[in-house]
This record gives sequence, C-alpha cells and structure tokens, in this order.
Amino acid sequence: MSYISLSDQDKKEMLDRIGVSSLDDLFCCLPDEIRLKKELRLPPPLTEPELVRHFEALGRKNKEHSHLSFLGAGAYRHHIPFIVDYLSSRGEFISPYTPYQPEVSQGTLQVIFEYQTLVCQLTGLEISNASLYEGASAAAEAVLMAERIKGRPRILVAGSVHPQYREVIGTYVKNLAIQVEEVGYDDKGQVDIESLKRQIDNGTSAVICQSPNFLGVVENLDRLSEVAHQNQALFIVVVAEAASLGILQSPGAAGADIVAGEGQSFGLPLSFGGPYLGFMACRKEFLRQFPGRIAGETKDVEGKRGFVLTLSTREQHIRREKATSNICTNQAWCALRATIFLETMGQGGMRELAYQNIQKANYALDRLSAIKGVKRKFGGPVFNEFVLEFERGYKKAADHLLSNGILGGLALGPFYPGLKNCALFCVTEVHSKADIDRLAGLVAEAIR
Amino acid sequence: MSREPLIFEISAATKKSFALPELDIPEKKDALAGLPVRVGIPGFPQVSEVEVVRHFTRLSQANFCIDTSFYPLGSCTMKYNPKINERIAALPDFQGSHPYAPQDLIQGNLEVLKTLEDCLTEITGMDAITLQPSAGAHGELVGMMLVRACLEDRGDPRKIVLIPDSAHGTNPSSAHICGYRVQEVKSNQSGTIDLDALSQEMTGEVAALMITNPNTLGVFEWDILKICEIVHTKGGLVYMDGANMNALVGKFRPGDMGIDVIHLNLHKTFSTPHGGGGPGSGPVGVKKHLEPFLPVPIVQKGEAGYRLDFSRPKSIGRVRSFHGNFLVMLRALAYIHTLGAAGLKEAAEIAVLNSNYIRKSLEGVYHLKYASPTLHECVFSDKLQKERGILNIDIAKRLIDYGLHPPTMSFPLIVPGALMIEPTETESRRDLDQFIEAMKAIAREAVETPEVLKSAPHFAPVRRLDETAAARNPVLRWEGPKG
Repeated sequence: MSYISLSDQDKKEMLDRIGVSSLDDLFCCLPDEIRLKKELRLPPPLTEPELVRHFEALGRKNKEHSHLSFLGAGAYRHHIPFIVDYLSSRGEFISPYTPYQPEVSQGTLQVIFEYQTLVCQLTGLEISNASLYEGASAAAEAVLMAERIKGRPRILVAGSVHPQYREVIGTYVKNLAIQVEEVGYDDKGQVDIESLKRQIDNGTSAVICQSPNFLGVVENLDRLSEVAHQNQALFIVVVAEAASLGILQSPGAAGADIVAGEGQSFGLPLSFGGPYLGFMACRKEFLRQFPGRIAGETKDVEGKRGFVLTLSTREQHIRREKATSNICTNQAWCALRATIFLETMGQGGMRELAYQNIQKANYALDRLSAIKGVKRKFGGPVFNEFVLEFERGYKKAADHLLSNGILGGLALGPFYPGLKNCALFCVTEVHSKADIDRLAGLVAEAIR
Repeated sequence: MSREPLIFEISAATKKSFALPELDIPEKKDALAGLPVRVGIPGFPQVSEVEVVRHFTRLSQANFCIDTSFYPLGSCTMKYNPKINERIAALPDFQGSHPYAPQDLIQGNLEVLKTLEDCLTEITGMDAITLQPSAGAHGELVGMMLVRACLEDRGDPRKIVLIPDSAHGTNPSSAHICGYRVQEVKSNQSGTIDLDALSQEMTGEVAALMITNPNTLGVFEWDILKICEIVHTKGGLVYMDGANMNALVGKFRPGDMGIDVIHLNLHKTFSTPHGGGGPGSGPVGVKKHLEPFLPVPIVQKGEAGYRLDFSRPKSIGRVRSFHGNFLVMLRALAYIHTLGAAGLKEAAEIAVLNSNYIRKSLEGVYHLKYASPTLHECVFSDKLQKERGILNIDIAKRLIDYGLHPPTMSFPLIVPGALMIEPTETESRRDLDQFIEAMKAIAREAVETPEVLKSAPHFAPVRRLDETAAARNPVLRWEGPKG
C-alpha cells in the first residue's frame, strides 16, 4: 500500500523537467559513505484488511476492556456524548495545522477562542491559552512562569499533588535555579497549613496545591491562598479532575493566580494516558509571562469579526531563547473535543455530571467503609475519589477483585510509603449502583 | 457569507442540555456539606444538540485542510493522513485502556510501544528510543536534557549550545530551559553550516550543536561527518532536529552520520494528523552512551512478556504523565506497517521529487536565495516582487483566492521574505501543477494588478485580518453581550 498519487508517466516527465535521470540522482549531493546500502529491516507491508486484523489481534492482547474499573488517579472514565466523536472526526478539524493563515483557519481559531472562554469561566480566571500537552507538563510550565514573575528561588509543592506531576516539575526545574520543597498533608488529607506557614518565606515564588488532590480530597483553597499571598508568593492550583469544576468553587474565586490542569475528563478517552489536554489560565496582569499559543479577536478590512493567533512576541518563533516556553505544537484537536464536550453538556449538564460524581463516590465510600477491616483514611470532603485503608493490607482484596473481573483502586504504597495499606478508588457517573454494590460485596468477601 | 456566532451568543438558560441517566442510588442529602460549591458558571453556554452540530459543522467549513486542498506548509510535512489509522486508534481495546491498569492486562499496548520503538530505532539508526515526549519541541527539550545529564555524568555539563541561524525557534528555547546559553552559528553562502566558523566556536565550553538536517532550507548538510567530528573532538554532542526526516527515511540514517541524539515528529514524517495544531508526538532516539538517561519508564521484553522498567537510576525522570500520546503512536505504527521499508523509502524519494519539480518550475519566477540542491522543500522569497511593493504576505494571501493553502512565511530567518514550500509525497501532478500555475499567475499579477494582491484574499470566509490590532488591544475571550 502506498499513498503516492503520481503515475509512472508523471514521474518520468517530472524527472525530465528537473533534468535528472533517476530518483536517486536527486540525492546525489549527499555523501555516499553514509548512504543506506540495504533496505530497512521493518515488518512487511500490510494491506488494509491485514492491518485491521493485525491491530485487532494486538488489541485483544489487552485484557482490560472486559473489567469493571475503579481506577482514576489522573485519568478518568466519563461518558463521552456521541457527537464529540462525530464532529471532531471531520477532516476539516483533523487535517489542518496550526492556524498560521487565519483567513482560511477561522474554524480552528474560533474554536480556540471559545475554548479559552470556557476555560476562563470554569477556572474563574481572566485569560487562558490554546492548550498545553497535558496536566503534568502544564503544572511544570506554571512553575516556570511563577519563577519568571517572582524571581525567587523556591517553590512549595503540596505532597498531595499527583506524584507524576511532582516528578515532571522536578525534571523541568532540575537545570534551572529553582528549588522545590514539599509540604505534607494532615489527617483530613488536606495540605498541612501549619507546615506550610513554617516553610513559606520571602524566597518562595509560589505555593502549588491540587484540588481535588491525589488523595481524593478537596482542598480549602481560600485558606491556602491567604497564606501564599501573605508572603507575596503566587498561588497555583492544579486541577487533575476537571469535571470537578462543574460544581466546586472556581480556583480563581478562591484567589488562585495561575490554574494548570488536565482536561482529559472533557471528552477524551482514557487512551492509555494520551493524548490528553493540558489547560492553563491566569490573571490578566501576567499575560506577558504566559506560555503557549493564544487566539484573539480582531476585525478584517471590512470590519467583520475574525480571530487570529496573537501576542506571538512571547513565543519561541519570535523570541527564541527568551520565549515564555518552547512549546509549538500543542493539543488543539483535544481542545476541540473539550469544547464540543463542554458546549454539549452545557452549564446544567456540567453541574449534574459533577453532582452525580459526588453522590456516587459518597455512596461507594459509605458502602466500603462500612466493611469491617476497611476504613476511610482521610476525613476531608471528596469529589469522585477516596482513599481506603485495609487493616490487613490491600493486596488480598485487590487480587480477589481482579479474579472477579474488577480493577479495584490504585494501591498507594508505591507513591506514599506511609500509605502502604491504602488504595485510591474512583467512582464516576458511569458506575451503576449494581457496579458499586458488587465492588463492596467482593471486598467484604475478600477480607472476611 | 454570514459569520458563525460564538456559541455564547446563542445560549439560553432554559435550553435542554445533554441528559445523564437519573441517579440510581439513594441520594445523600448532605453530600455537598463541607464542599465549597459554586453558584453557577457565569456565562457558560446552554444550547441544544442540533445547535452544537450546526455550529461545529459550519466552523469546520471555514478551514482549509489537507482533505480539501494542497497544503504546502514548509517544515510541517502536511502529507495525507490515512483514514484507516483513525479507525485503528479508535479500537476500544486501546481507547478504553487506563494508564494505571496492571501490566498483565495491557500486553497489547506494551507490544505497540516496543514495536514502534524497534521500528524507529531501525529507521534512525540510533540505539534506543523514548516515546514519551508529546511533540517535537518537547522532544527537543528531552534531547537537550539528555545531553546535559550525559555531560554532567562525565563531570561537566558545560555552558553553551551552538545553533545555526537557520534553526527553528524551538531549538534555542529548548536549550535555554536546560540551563544553556545559546550561541548562533552563521550559515555560509550555500546556506549550510560554515565549518571554519564552527571550528572556531566549538570550544570546551560547548555542550552540543543542535543541527537540523536537511536544514530549514531543504539543503542537506553535506559536511555532516566533518561537523560531527569537530564537535566530538572537543567533547561535545550533536543533537539533530528530525523535523525534516521525511526527506531521508530509508535513504540515510542519522545514526550513521554521527548524530548522538535526535527527535522525530510522528505528526510529520509518520503521517499522524496535525489536528489544527496537535496532538503530535516527538520520540527521541539516542546512541548507547545516552541510553541510561532516557525518561522513565522504558518498555522491556522479557520471558514473562512486556514490562515497564521504572528503576533507572541515571534517568532524567519523567517529562509528562503516563506513557506519551499513545493513540498518536498507534497511528504512526499503523502507517509504518502499511508502507513497509520499500514504501517508506518511496515516500522520501517522491517527497524530494515533488519539491524539486516545484522548485524547477518556479525558478526565475521567484527568487531563490541559495542555489544549493534541495531535498523535500525549497525556500523562495519575495525579492523580485518586492521591487513593486509586493511582499510574501501578499503572495500568500492571494494563493488563498486560488483555493490553495499558502506556504510557510518568513522562515527561515536567513531568507528575507521567505516562502517555504514543502509539497510532500502524497500530492498528485495535477495538484502540483495547479500550485505552480497559481504561483506564476500571481507573479504576473504582481506586475499587472498589484492592488489585487495587496487586498487579497478576496474569496475567503474573512478578508485580511488586522493582526496588529489584535496584539495591541488583546481580546482573548468572550466577555458577555456587547453594548
């Protein structure tokens, strides 16, 4: 199979016009000693029917799909309205590139403008960019941005921020003059405010927390914001479960200066972790330090409204090493899906979605923590995830669930040595009462 | 043509939104107690399903795209995106897979990753690959982090990174985030790296040279072996930006040229859709001496099947969550499987043929600053038209009236008024000829009716947009009804 559109006659005539006698002649200016003398050793070509068979067989080697799953931890299963797939699969959305020519890219540009508006509305902040890669690198970009604004050497990161996000922040700042210090959590699973007060000082650029955090607990953002701002540090809120924004107070309203998050819950399938959607919003005063592409409104020569990429003097193709980020290609198509998702759900749908997540998680939490030998680990309020502690370890329950076709919660031992008997369960609107009852029944059976 | 309103402008609070099933559990009255709950989301839209469908369908129709037109954006490799790959990326066994699922249950995913790594290792001639980076610039960042980690391990990370003046802006920006000072290397009259200049600047302070090959003019750095030798002799490493790999697949391998680290763009060379600006995927290939530093995790094949290896003490760490843009990788692997070795090589050859055909046909009509032979793309400029006040932007906007997407404009920076044309291998002779004829017609118009160019486009959804005003008075979101 090939996607070439030239006939043999075309090739011959084209070579003639160029004035060479063979395709190889077109490469004659390259050093012969490094010319590849043999064919690449790759799998043999497949026709479409063979290709589909091949990948279906590969897919069947995944045994996960038949399982009922209670995994979350930064990747969430939500219902995706059918029109998200239908509309986003249009060639006019999939096959163009970055809208460098706005006059023939108004579709993409208006979608970005609407996306930016939706992100501002959800986060309660004034400006949003066109997207970043995913939640973890968005959090890292927020850290770099805070350092540019404040020029102070330290940042304080809550230990309850997603472990992978903390790892990525660590990787990004390793070669820069930024120190990262962690702040512990209290019995409720929230940032330990007394520790924070002790650790923060006038060398702190920013305080970063996640809400709902990795332990499933919703933070008291007002309180954290106050401590950060009393010390003239920026307050950065990471949102890994964006569906929570449908009902919870916006981080902006609580005083966040920058919000960075993961938009996967907005119409993107789990996809083994990607492509997802990094989103980022901030206060207007930080516009010049904001990373990533931004669309803006303008007019054409006839006075008609139109949209363009704007403020590119922040970006790498103009500012080169002085740019606010090195990002170029981002996640435009994922942002399109999020836009379709959010506009389809609407204000009412987003609130109902979030409400159902809270209700179902609470139902599951009540059922599971009523089992003898299982207890709720943290007292703080939850959204759609919670940590359970298993008196005699989680493994037995996990294995029993697995052998019954259920993926239970994520064991937390590998991430938090202090939580080695604990697991993080996620329950969303896709779980029925029967699913949750079955989970609870099997857990009870396993540890009886 | 009337413009599509913003969704916020057709919203009304009482319109029906998407319906979820009724709660099937006993509702807990105090479930919200203790939670900071918002009253509403001010301005958030509420529209009907049919309105959403019409809105996005109409918006899509305002876009040029590969499926409807020739799209010769230089440096972007806008080749046809095979449709079957969308179907494969949508298979529920892959799409429904959770990144924390137990490894025994995701052997298919891990096999996909390992197979793609093996294919890319073979294609690039490198020793190992990480698939984690999310896009090209992310790959560059990882590449430079690897350089730094390797040199630090040897005892001295050094201070400077050399970058040719023709390079993409992401290069200096990526080097900067790794804590390096950027020093520019001037191009010579052939548009390639000047060996004498390089020799002079390549001191013991220099960590690496970042090179694009073929470079952004489409010219192969024919002194590549000497270039690598100069850098290696002084203890530096050579990073190759693989954005232009489409010219080389199956013909030349960076690993055979002395390159130490390279990034690829799966959304360019391996045909995955550009999506209006992502998602991409930017795998990084390295030689043996850089392998210990690759991001975690790495996929290994053992007796008990495929495993993710997290215990790599020298690793730079994670650069993003989970395993990278997996569905993009799946599409790229499907593409490699479809073409096979011969098909990939043919793609490179035809990409170079198509580009040279355009170049030959437009020589003399437009100015070509560098006479050097080119591969997959060619860079003309507005120099001949400028005498009559016509700039590259006027030429680009007029192409839109001919139903064609303009080339990349004003890049590389070493060609003033650049028009960078990369046709790719998938275009037909008819499409190439249409483009050539349009470019020739525009050159005539530049002489005969320059005002038509100055005021172009005339037949687009909007006329020329005021980008200066957009930047001077930024309106970056809908704020509410006007007036």
